[in-house]
Amino acid sequence: MAYSDKVIEHYENPRNVGSFDKGDESVGTGMVGAPACGDVMKLQIRVNDSGIIEDARFKTYGCGSAIASSSLVTEWVKGKSLEDAGNIRNTQIAEELALPPVKIHCSILAEDAIKAAITDYRKKHGLEQPAEQPACKAA
Amino acid sequence: MALELQLDYFDMFGLPARFSLDDEELGRAYRDLQAVVHPDRFVNASDAERRVSMQQATQLNEAYRTLKDPVRRAAYLLRRQGIDPELDTNTSMPTAFLMEQMEWREAIEAASGSADSRELDQLSCRLGGELRRMYAQVGQQIDERGDFAGAAETVRKLMFLEKVSDQIGDAMESLEEGTGD
Repeated sequence: MAYSDKVIEHYENPRNVGSFDKGDESVGTGMVGAPACGDVMKLQIRVNDSGIIEDARFKTYGCGSAIASSSLVTEWVKGKSLEDAGNIRNTQIAEELALPPVKIHCSILAEDAIKAAITDYRKKHGLEQPAEQPACKAA
Repeated sequence: MALELQLDYFDMFGLPARFSLDDEELGRAYRDLQAVVHPDRFVNASDAERRVSMQQATQLNEAYRTLKDPVRRAAYLLRRQGIDPELDTNTSMPTAFLMEQMEWREAIEAASGSADSRELDQLSCRLGGELRRMYAQVGQQIDERGDFAGAAETVRKLMFLEKVSDQIGDAMESLEEGTGD
């Protein structure tokens, strides 16, 4: 299967690979995995006092599309509020990377990862949970 | 038409619908059916009969592949109970489990990077133990406890571990190729 140029670009030059200390109070960590393909994704955000995501890191073991999806999300969330970052949808990721239908689950994984990271950060700070559940079932 | 295949895979082979299954019995039942529906037997038959034989052979192979493989067999047993193992949709595995999955992959990466085949052997051995433990667990959950929700989670976990197993295999292969040159 042919990867799009954007997927290849992110795959060859992934942005923001690495880790933050997950014990750090300003860090939110999201760990998710896709059973169908065995991909594992860790996505972390560093949030400043005004609730803005200053920096992000990821580590993904998976196919090119999974790596590109998480790389893209770490770029997109920087400078966003937690709320705005939580509104990123897998369809936007899939569109930006021109993912074929069989790779849509990679974009879902990335959406779930950023949501899990936000939830982790909010939990650490005793903030209220948003009513919406992570979009595990979203097609 | 030679034979009507049962739609249910266990019925097809005349086996009880359980996770624990006798591999040899399955193999025997498969070969017996294959002898009856194999397209080679229909070379002189009508177009319609040949088409049916092709379809049945495909159906039979799919059934055999599904029941022979423990994870596919478990997933099939769950779907038979109306339980979706959510292999495509459930991304929220327990964090500790996902951390372990990261660690497996990091260990494989490190061992490949340093061309350490002994470490890969050890990882493979440890993983083998883990896989056997999980197969036993899913067997108990399905056959003895009827805990289908628990079994669905075990099946999801097994999907990750089998991926790790593939990756160890790939890493070993590329090391062997490297030293063979």
